[in-house]
This record gives sequence, C-alpha cells and structure tokens, in this order.
Amino acid sequence: MEPVIQVKHLKKYFPIKGLFFTKGHVKAVDDISFEIYKGETFGLVGESGCGKTTTGRTILRLIEPTAGEIIFEGKNVMKFSKEEMKEFRRKAQIMFQDPYSSLNPRQTVFDIIMEPVKFHGIEVDDPEEFVVKLLESVGLNEMHLYRYPHEFSGGQRQRIALARLMALKPQFIVLDEPTSALDVSVQANILNTLKDLQSEYGFTYLFISHDLGVVKYMSHRIGVMYLGKLVEIGPSDRIFENPLHPYTQMLLSAIPVPDPELAQELKAKRKMVKGEPPSPINPPTGCRFHPRCPFAKEICKKEEPPLVKVEENHYVACWLYAKS
Amino acid sequence: MSEPILEVRNLTVHFYTYAGIVKAIEDVSFDVYKGETFALVGETGCGKSVTSRALTQLIESPGRIVRGSVIYHSDKGSVDLLKLNEEEIREIRGSEIAYIFQDPHSSLDPLYTVGYQIAEGMEVHGRVKSIKEGIQKAVDILRSVLIPDPESRVKNYPHELSGGMKQRVVIGTGIANSPKILIADEPTTALDVTVQAQILELIDDLRKKYNATVILITHNLGVVAETADRVAVMYAGKIAEIGSVEQIFKNPLHPYTKGLLKAVPNPMTKVERLDAIPGTVPNLITPPGGCRFHPRCPFAMEICKKKVPELKEIEDGHFVACHLY
Repeated sequence: MEPVIQVKHLKKYFPIKGLFFTKGHVKAVDDISFEIYKGETFGLVGESGCGKTTTGRTILRLIEPTAGEIIFEGKNVMKFSKEEMKEFRRKAQIMFQDPYSSLNPRQTVFDIIMEPVKFHGIEVDDPEEFVVKLLESVGLNEMHLYRYPHEFSGGQRQRIALARLMALKPQFIVLDEPTSALDVSVQANILNTLKDLQSEYGFTYLFISHDLGVVKYMSHRIGVMYLGKLVEIGPSDRIFENPLHPYTQMLLSAIPVPDPELAQELKAKRKMVKGEPPSPINPPTGCRFHPRCPFAKEICKKEEPPLVKVEENHYVACWLYAKS
Repeated sequence: MSEPILEVRNLTVHFYTYAGIVKAIEDVSFDVYKGETFALVGETGCGKSVTSRALTQLIESPGRIVRGSVIYHSDKGSVDLLKLNEEEIREIRGSEIAYIFQDPHSSLDPLYTVGYQIAEGMEVHGRVKSIKEGIQKAVDILRSVLIPDPESRVKNYPHELSGGMKQRVVIGTGIANSPKILIADEPTTALDVTVQAQILELIDDLRKKYNATVILITHNLGVVAETADRVAVMYAGKIAEIGSVEQIFKNPLHPYTKGLLKAVPNPMTKVERLDAIPGTVPNLITPPGGCRFHPRCPFAMEICKKKVPELKEIEDGHFVACHLY
C-alpha cells in the first residue's frame, strides 16, 4: 500500500513571548513520524494539550512546522510552489470541532458550499443540482439549500461542513474532533456517515479525538500521543487488546465503560492511574511519562526511548521494550 | 438503602423567554435513597441540570418553578424545599445540600486563595467562628480531597493549580460542611480521562466516608455504569426510565434508553456499526405532543402522539414511561 501522507520528524514549537525576549517554547509537537495509507483512517488520541490538534493542522500547513518533512503523494509539501500549494489546498481538507464557528452565519448553505468550488475554478454545469447531490450524500436535502446556519442543529451543521469539503473531491481529510460538540445520539449518525463516505469515495482520514471509544470505532490504525510525542502506534485492535506503553495502559484503564460488570473489573485495575500531564513548556527529561509511570527505571529519567517494533505494525517508545 | 432522603414529585420548571415558554422540565418525579449514588443521565437540553438546580430553588429569572414538591427528610424532620423562603433555603443549600459544578475554572474566585474560599463557606454556615479558624480546617479538607502538600496549597490562588487540582478544591468547598446530599453536575466533563477517573473515585470515597448521598448529573453512560447505584434517564424534560444500574444497562425498556446504549461506541468490544437514533432532540418551546420521543421512536404507535405516558413500575424498582408497557 502506498502512503498518502508521510510525516517525518515533525516539530512545532510555539514561542512564549516575554516583554523583550522569547522566554521559552511550548513544545506542542516534538519529533513525530508516521504515515497514513490510502483509504485508511489513522486515529490520533491523547489528552488535552498532547499536541494532536497541532499535528493535524501542521500537516495541512495551516500552522507552519518548526522542523520536519510532510510528504503528500510522494512530494514534499514544504517545498510546494504556489500552484502546487493551491492544488494541495483542494486535495487535503479539514473538518473542525465546532460547527458553530466553522460556517459563515451570513451565507446560505448554497453559498457556503459553492464558495470553495468557485475559488478553485471547478466547472459545474448546474450548481443547484450539484449542491443538492452533495447535500443528499451527507443526509440533508433540497429543502435546506437556501437556509442559513442558525436554522440548523449542531449535527446538521457538521453535515454542511462535510458537504462543503466534499465538493472539492479531496483525497485526504483531517477530522479534528468532529463529534465532540455533539450529543451521543447524533454523534453515531455522523460517524456512520463518515464511514460510508470513506467506503464510497476511498477517502483517507486522519481522525483526531480524545474519546477512545470513538477512535476505536473509526480507525484502522491508532497513534497515541503524550506531551508532543507519539508513544505508541499500532493496529486499532492490537492497541486495545495488547496496549504496550504504560501510558496507553493507563489511558485504557481510565475510560469509563458503559457496562456495569466490566466497569467493576476495570475499577480494580485502575490503581495505576495517577497524576496529571505536566506542562509542555518544561517537559520532564528522558521519557516524558516517567514521573507518572509505575514502571519507571533510572534510564527513563535520562534518555528518551526510541520507537521500536514489538510485533507486526505495532511500535512503542518505551524503555521496557527497547535495549539501551 | 430503602429509606428515601429526597422525594421529588411533579417538579416543573418553565423559562419565560421572548421566543416563548421553554418547558425545560415537566412533572419530573423520583426518589433518592439515603447513602446511594443516584445518576441523572441524558443529552444536552434534556433538563438534567435544571432538575438538579430546582431541588434547592436555584432557578434564576426568566426561569420559574411552576409546580411540584421536593420533600427532604433530614435528621430534624421532613420539609418541602420548594416551600421554604430565601433565608431558610440558604441555610440548607451549601450546608446540608452542596453542589459541585462542571467547570472548576469558573466555580472558584480568582481573587481569593483556595483556603479562604473553603473557609468562607464554613463561616457563613456557622461551622467555624472565624475565617482564620476556617483556613486552618481547610488544610484538613484539602488533605481529604488528596491534594499533596495541603499546608502550602491552602495559600495558593486558583490560577496556580491545574484543572484536576481545582476540581478537588471545588469538591473540598462542597464537602466542607459535611453535607448530607452532594449534587455533582457533570463534575468531570471539563477534565481529561485519566483525571476524571481519579475525581470519580474521590467522590465515591467521600460518599462512603461521610455517609452522604450523591446525585450525579452526567451525559456519559460510562461514568454512570461505573459510579451509580440507580439511574434516571431523561429525555426532553421528562423522565423516560428509572432503575438500578443493572436494570438500565442489562434490560433497558424505553426505546430511547435502548437507542442511547447502542449509540455509544464501547471501547472494550468490537462494534461493526453503531445504531444511531434518527433525528434530533426536539425544541422545548413546542415539544411534540404525547410522548416527546415519538417522532424519533422506531416503535411509535397512534397513542404515542396523543397521550403522555405515565411512569409505570415494570419490575421491582424499574419504572418506564412508555406506551409499549
């Protein structure tokens, strides 16, 4: 399988400005590498502040990376010409978390969807029919064509955002917490629509979420992030059946499961959950997880663990698995 | 366990807005038993927070408690909390019935130390003679909510603490007067999962330690499965189903409860496809007639459009409001 996106040693540091000098950097994303293959969903999970959203935005160059390479369909995005960049802007799309701020309140649904189409100079015979078809593919219809965003519920707005990006026939879509602002009964609808569209059009997704249940449902492969680092990458099933990194184990044991019997079992295992993520301004030395890790050794405090392969497609950055 | 501490009957709250009367909750009735964790669960706008606030008249204009009663059985006898005047309810609120709100960042005053804020609640309710004495006691309270190094933390301002630590302080202010009932309104929604697990465990430990009753308001079914003894499922301002955790999760009766359980991706099992509930939550200015769930219900019948279903006891302690039963 060919990768659609390859991320190599990506870094994004945000400066903290003092009165005259830069006081330091927030290391939001610190040297991460992964690739996403055609037609798959790569899930990125982690707690708030771990850098998952920054990763998604940096890949699309909505934020300029500090260092690293982003390879899209074999070409380095950082070296794109103006023309190539415009083409990349069409092929790579993003769906944001908040459906209330991502649609222009003064435009009708028709205008919202047609604006990017016009910008990219895509020829459409009958604009109205074109938009109606898109609306139908995301579960809306003709009736909604000339309405304004405030007339829609959160779930419907996310569908409009989805129709808008689909109008450009993208290949790669970053889904940044697309259902976090929605209720569970509506969330399930949107997730199913996203899956259906993927199997129909062969979209490649980067699915960013803090909800492990949702990530598992959506993703083929999952990357777990902690304080700007990827600590584990593996096939979705294996991450849940055989989590290797102590952080992944902690994260999994902490999720409340909607099943009372299983919940009691998990509660017993939860003894290892402790502490809170530290600040990414001065992250701990060595392995960033060591202050919270029940298995921390001497080496964890000093040296950063490399990402090592433990089984087929399953990688982990932890000194329990790596040889120093 | 079977002794009720709160008996809520026909609680109805309306909000009088320019757009019309929002019927936030209508005829909500349930009992809460001594020492249990009772969960109110539902989606945005179902009225779970309004219900919890109405229990101690915490409804601000344009909202009004239209009718209903909340009988509170305390050691001193039974009272209807909705019949008390402002003075009387304030003596109970914060002292015998305490709240923990969702957002720890806005529940604390940024201009006062956390010790002062805990002490203030105790002083107002006459538990301590002065703020100074209260601050000394606050150290023990911070210790009981598992804040490390409480002697120095008591002098911290809220911005010096992390989100999880702040929520521990808020819980501290809640338990400072050793309340009989602790109402926790989405106490972990603003927090990360690893922190959430620790906060939920803390609330449960404190409930046992102080022999308190917890009313937990949440939209997260996982949290309910883990912490609650009994559950009330709310939909569009009405109670759809009440039962023990086992009854609700193993044998859900109301089509809404069934739909909700199937719509949540369980991270521990393999789910091929989620069953979504079609449609969206109705507008509460003009809610659907009859059963409010009927436009989204796969089993809707003629009667559902006309008649409001009453809560019926199907098995021991398991109530459902649905015409199917």
